[in-house]
Amino acid sequence: MSSVLRGRSDVSGEGAASMPLSHGPEWEFELIERYHDAIAEVAAEFGLDTYPNQIEVISSEQMLDAYASSGLPLGYPHWSYGKSFIRNEQAYRKGYQGLAYEIVINSNPCIAYLMEENTMVMQALVVAHACYGHNSFFKGNYLFRQFTQADAILDYLVFARRYVMECEERYGMAQVEEIIDSCHALMDYGVDRYRRPQPISSREREARRSERAEHERRLFNDLWRTTIPQKEAERVVDDGRAFPVEPEENVLYFVEKHSPTLAPWQRELVRIVRKLSQYFYPQIQTKVMNEGWATFWHYTLINRLYDKRRIDDAFMFEFLHHHTNVVTQRGFDEPGYHGINPYALGFAMMQDIRRMCEAPSAEDREWFPDIAGGDWVRQLDFAMRNFKDESFIAQYLSPKLIRDLHLFVIADHEGEAELLVDSIHDEQGYRRVRRMLAELYRRENRLPDIQVVRYYRESDRSLVLRNHIYRGRPLEDRQAEEVLRHLGRLWGFTVRLESVDNEGGVQSMREWRT
Amino acid sequence: MHLIDRRLNGRNKSAVNRERFIRRYKDHIRRAVKGMVADRSIKDMIQGGEVKVPAKDISEPGFSYGQGGDWESVHPGNREFVRGDRIQRPSGGGGGSGGQEPGSGESTDDFVFSLSRDEFLNIFFEDLELPNLMRTTLAEAQHKKLVRAGYVKDGAPNNLSVPRTMKTALARRIALGGPLREELDALQEMLARLLQEAAPAGRIQDMEAQILELKGRIARLPFLDDVDLRYRHRVAQPAPVARAVMFCLMDVSASMDERKKDLAKRFFTLLYLFLTRKYEHVELVFIRHTDEAEEVDEDTFFYDQRSGGTVVLSALELMKTVVAARFPVSEWNIYAAQASDGDAFGADAGKSARFLREQLLPLARYFAYIETPEEEYSRKSPLWAEYEELQGEEKNFAMKRVSRAQDIYPVFRDLFSKEHAG
Repeated sequence: MSSVLRGRSDVSGEGAASMPLSHGPEWEFELIERYHDAIAEVAAEFGLDTYPNQIEVISSEQMLDAYASSGLPLGYPHWSYGKSFIRNEQAYRKGYQGLAYEIVINSNPCIAYLMEENTMVMQALVVAHACYGHNSFFKGNYLFRQFTQADAILDYLVFARRYVMECEERYGMAQVEEIIDSCHALMDYGVDRYRRPQPISSREREARRSERAEHERRLFNDLWRTTIPQKEAERVVDDGRAFPVEPEENVLYFVEKHSPTLAPWQRELVRIVRKLSQYFYPQIQTKVMNEGWATFWHYTLINRLYDKRRIDDAFMFEFLHHHTNVVTQRGFDEPGYHGINPYALGFAMMQDIRRMCEAPSAEDREWFPDIAGGDWVRQLDFAMRNFKDESFIAQYLSPKLIRDLHLFVIADHEGEAELLVDSIHDEQGYRRVRRMLAELYRRENRLPDIQVVRYYRESDRSLVLRNHIYRGRPLEDRQAEEVLRHLGRLWGFTVRLESVDNEGGVQSMREWRT
Repeated sequence: MHLIDRRLNGRNKSAVNRERFIRRYKDHIRRAVKGMVADRSIKDMIQGGEVKVPAKDISEPGFSYGQGGDWESVHPGNREFVRGDRIQRPSGGGGGSGGQEPGSGESTDDFVFSLSRDEFLNIFFEDLELPNLMRTTLAEAQHKKLVRAGYVKDGAPNNLSVPRTMKTALARRIALGGPLREELDALQEMLARLLQEAAPAGRIQDMEAQILELKGRIARLPFLDDVDLRYRHRVAQPAPVARAVMFCLMDVSASMDERKKDLAKRFFTLLYLFLTRKYEHVELVFIRHTDEAEEVDEDTFFYDQRSGGTVVLSALELMKTVVAARFPVSEWNIYAAQASDGDAFGADAGKSARFLREQLLPLARYFAYIETPEEEYSRKSPLWAEYEELQGEEKNFAMKRVSRAQDIYPVFRDLFSKEHAG
């Protein structure tokens, strides 16, 4: 709240002509439009670059519907969506869980849902949060730019839904459900983390090959071959039969392209699930940043409106009440603690970057010489565009914030009888706390590393997956068996999963046979 | 910016997904419904209910880390820890799962959800193998009839009443055209006079222009206008209110075990459902008998075990007494359903059949008897042998041997078809 009062004192006469936009909690369509225009105006002052906005007002039941399909406006029918719908509905009806105030879809135009039950303040907050915060993030962040096509997603969803339903009609609901179940089990492994290189044409390949041969011919010196003894092992003969040449971490992609048994329509279903998974990948990787960015901007934009006297004190108090709820971070020993709140962490980090630009301390100058004293709008913009959670935290978490949040690292090692306090917010601890927090948002920390390493297409057509054991963490056994069964269903032949330690020794082996 | 009001769009987008879910977990749900049928009273039968599905059956698998290995986690709110402190593992934590976020692990709670009334009935009927049409008629909450109720100004195009619309249009044209026509008549009269008097050409032309304009105005009156449209109006009226009483008679001697009672209960429930659809108000009377009959409440009826012999007649006599005392035939529609395993000794069976034919059937609109034999192909019981003679003669009597739930419905088939025809 102190920041608001400060904000008010440095108004100094600007916007004296403006009138408050509204009084009271009721909203109307016209009012939403007025607020939107006012927010758009201040957003332009900060140079937020967004897709055009489409705001849709929905009822709470429709919000529950939207929940079930992960916020997508339309999904293909599947029982698991029914399950999550029932779960959410029940939690909502019994009052265990409130509904999200908004859902925003990464599309062009950017669609944001407002719930009709919200007050005017809430609607304005959501407009600022979703239509300017999230929207600009979707448009600017490199992961979204690389992996999602905002223009095409809605059309693709329509296509996917229709395709799935046509398949159900033609091949039967049970058949389709089986395939989709199996794909869902592997959904986390249906993601490209790097862009796939464009396939090269055979002519180009031939050109490269001859170029290489020419290069070798020119540099040929028989001395190399005759004088230096070669070890036997190094002369690995590539008989051209080991396939794939490189391990493939996108398991669904490999299944889609190479499964020996899938019919074309089944491949298309695999592809649909894979595409959806890919669409959600950037959101998972940027949870802290995305929410932090949106929260930062609703806070900044609404404060700016307040500075310009476009909103009154009552509005501001209600706004701060909601805002505080969103960014609450409970301590580890307080009731209701559910780990680190991404809204709180993200918001605090964004605010911190602004602080370092506007009022840098000696410590900031030492830790962040490039940022301290800079232009905060440009610095934040740069951060938003070029990072994901892991790198963002590794780059920007400041000692001050570590102190403010009293962060500490607990090490839980298998060989030890007790937990160890690894680092705390002190001089020796800052870097390690920062690294460990960044690690938490690494994909490997959540998902075991599993890749396709071998497809015996010349013999029994079996498929081998390899799990690199990460820091001694074993796979959850029952789940692994289940997923393997699903993969086997898609593959149609024997599927093996070997767990390999750092030295390359196979620690354990799971197998599913037809 | 586009602002769109979607609140009027479909709300039940997830209905299809919910239905898929229910289809997938039908076995669990059917088991739950079975439990509900056993636990509930007949009057409460037509409600939704809660279904539990074990968490392990419903989980969606995915690769994840198990317990063990090295983990680090970061938490906020440190107060007293310094580097190097050692802390006891939380009990039950085992080897290294500290890094997992709460909630990300498999929850062991059962997945509980409530079945709506319709979904419940659907599954209930499915066991009984009711024909689909019957399901819809039974599941319908209240019987309503559409009745003509005059005409209204708006409605669906298919309800447009052409004669009434034309009538209104004609009336409107007359009403609006009347004054104009009077004026026209006056002008024409005047023109005729002017022509006779050989008035100046200017005045005549003036007059003719006025007449022309007036004719134009009359011609411009629309033949049919939006305000003329009339639609037939229908209102829903509840079906006539009537009262019925349903007698449930059951043999509760030791040979009637849980399975037989469950069948009987489904049988009674189905009749009850049928009656509630047809009658506004349905009373239930439970009469149980061993060697003597007594009127009891529903709980006692289904769950209280009695020992003793079997005298069927006693129950029939008690029913007659109750009818005479509380349910005069002139005011009540009397239905009765009797369930028994068919045991009857000595002359009891013959006497019962006679009593039924002479005393009860004349009073009752319908009397259904189901027998729940030990095995499907066991020999006919004494009671069955006696009742069988009634079957052909008496129109309002039906009987059936039932050893599985799906055998129950045929007992009612006649009843339903007859009542529908009537």
